[in-house]
Amino acid sequence: MKPEDFDLIRKILRERSGLVLGEEKAYLLESRLVPVARKHGLAGLDEIVQKVRTAPAENLLVDITEAMTTNESFFFRDVKPFDLFRDNILKDLIESRAAKKSFRIWCAAASSGQESYSLAILLKEAAAKLAGWRTEIVGTDISKEILARATEGKYSQFEVQRGLAIQLLVKYFTKEGEQWRISQDLRDMVSFREFNLLNDFTPLGKFDVVFCRNVLIYFDQETKKKVLERIALMLPPDGVVFLGGAETVLGITDKFEPVPGQRGIYKLTGK
Amino acid sequence: MVARKILQELGFETLEAADGQEALDVCKQKMPDGVLLDWNMPVMDGLQYLVELRALPGGDTPIVVFCTTENDIEHIQKAIEAGANEYIMKPFDSEIIQVKFSQVGLL
Repeated sequence: MKPEDFDLIRKILRERSGLVLGEEKAYLLESRLVPVARKHGLAGLDEIVQKVRTAPAENLLVDITEAMTTNESFFFRDVKPFDLFRDNILKDLIESRAAKKSFRIWCAAASSGQESYSLAILLKEAAAKLAGWRTEIVGTDISKEILARATEGKYSQFEVQRGLAIQLLVKYFTKEGEQWRISQDLRDMVSFREFNLLNDFTPLGKFDVVFCRNVLIYFDQETKKKVLERIALMLPPDGVVFLGGAETVLGITDKFEPVPGQRGIYKLTGK
Repeated sequence: MVARKILQELGFETLEAADGQEALDVCKQKMPDGVLLDWNMPVMDGLQYLVELRALPGGDTPIVVFCTTENDIEHIQKAIEAGANEYIMKPFDSEIIQVKFSQVGLL
């Protein structure tokens, strides 16, 4: 791909989603955008670029953005954050929200739903302590297509074997043909909504816990700061945000600080 | 065998057995830390092996991971009831083995 073509695609992605596409990710264009080209009756990458340059249709730009921002997802990705959620955060919530018996969790880059459903499983496993509670998990993503998959809750045999203990598979999934579908019970615990992290957060309401993992890495410094500071506004004083293993708040915003001894979890500083 | 190569790459010392009976004999000599177990084998199948292994003195210690083309809920449930710790459905890749092995504490 010619440098000016790469720059054109990069500019579109940055404007529309905040995604900063590094040179080292150029290889992704081929695998991600060729299917988009096909869908729009174009032969390949060169034709997509040509089309974008001469007559960019909105639906083509949307599809390009969705294809490039979609990431592979795993159940209980990285394990540790989910252990920390179950053993510390959830325990704290059950104590601190004992009076109103409700809390809300936001998965800010829900993708195909595995993170949201992993949390739903943890809440379900703690059902005895949460009897009579109203809990809500909201999963959002920029891609409508990936959210349709998330809502359906169907996964391939490969996907259900990445991170999901076999006991949980048997307990919460049923086999439909070659696919595995998460139970209606768990699907009812999660709602998925299309949402762009560059937009106003207020329509989403308030959350007690935010999972915003492996999203900020794709943004430039200014966008990272904006996203984190808008998350800070939706949290109560004791709210927390989970970031990905390669992400931090340090040097980006003073609204958050790491929770000591709980890697990947950040709390409000009150500043 | 693909699985053996993956396990060796993960740093395991491996022993192979052609069927359940052979595997039992090996375990009676010395219990391994983990067993990667096929379902369909001649002489003694994987499920029968697992039941007999768990009945042996010290037979509750090895971590047993099924690895089979039997991928329906009924088979998986039977395996869990017989004392399997994890279950890999074929086809799989090295990442699945790695993830499952770390889930059960072998890695």
